Amino acid sequence: MVYFWVGIAGSFGAILRYLLGVSLFTNSSFPYATLIINLIGSFLLAWLTTHFFKKLSVSPVIATAIGTGFVGSFTTFSTLSIETVTMFQAGNTLLAVLYVLISAFGGLLMSRLGFSVKKEDQQS
Amino acid sequence: MTATHILLVGIGGFLGAIARYSISKHLNNKSAFLLPIGTLTVNLFGAFLLGVITGAKADIMIVLLFGTGFLGSFTTFSTLKLEMIQIIVRKNINKLYIYAIMTYGIGIILAYIGYVVGNFYQ
Repeated sequence: MVYFWVGIAGSFGAILRYLLGVSLFTNSSFPYATLIINLIGSFLLAWLTTHFFKKLSVSPVIATAIGTGFVGSFTTFSTLSIETVTMFQAGNTLLAVLYVLISAFGGLLMSRLGFSVKKEDQQS
Repeated sequence: MTATHILLVGIGGFLGAIARYSISKHLNNKSAFLLPIGTLTVNLFGAFLLGVITGAKADIMIVLLFGTGFLGSFTTFSTLKLEMIQIIVRKNINKLYIYAIMTYGIGIILAYIGYVVGNFYQ
């Protein structure tokens, strides 16, 4: 049953990503929409997984559906990769490099901001 | 953008999320690998396939169903980042570098190879 709920939540994550993609910064040659989606999703998944779901004792099925299904599908790596390739091919080398660096380090920062460190994690 | 477009993205997203969940579940716990091999697998495979679709200049319906919907959901960025933070918390910096280079380096190269392949069979 968890597979079904992961799928349902995943379809909502994909649709929201699509709607933001066709509404935000559509005239820009820089993929702001994917960047914003990935940064917000990175914060959200870390915060939900390490803080919110634990604090509210959310059932594992719902937690997996929202975390892995919704947020996991909302964010994307394949689009980031092909957008980078497209920018390289268009000769926007600097923008392409900037895009990868901001995604990589910005995503890490956003995930860290949402992450609650547990004692057992620090020790292991 | 029409209701059909949204429906195609939704169907693709439904299947992509389930496929990622099953693959990650089976591969991420394999202790033989140092890295979260499940997430790495879906991201690299997905980057290649989206390259193929983009290079082939596929029909909008296929792009929305299989590209934006399925592959967009099949691959993930948030889980990648959470796994990286967990690696950092465990002070395994070499593992972080290997994971980052394998994901971004090989992922972008595979997207390019996929693009060339798709373009060839266009």
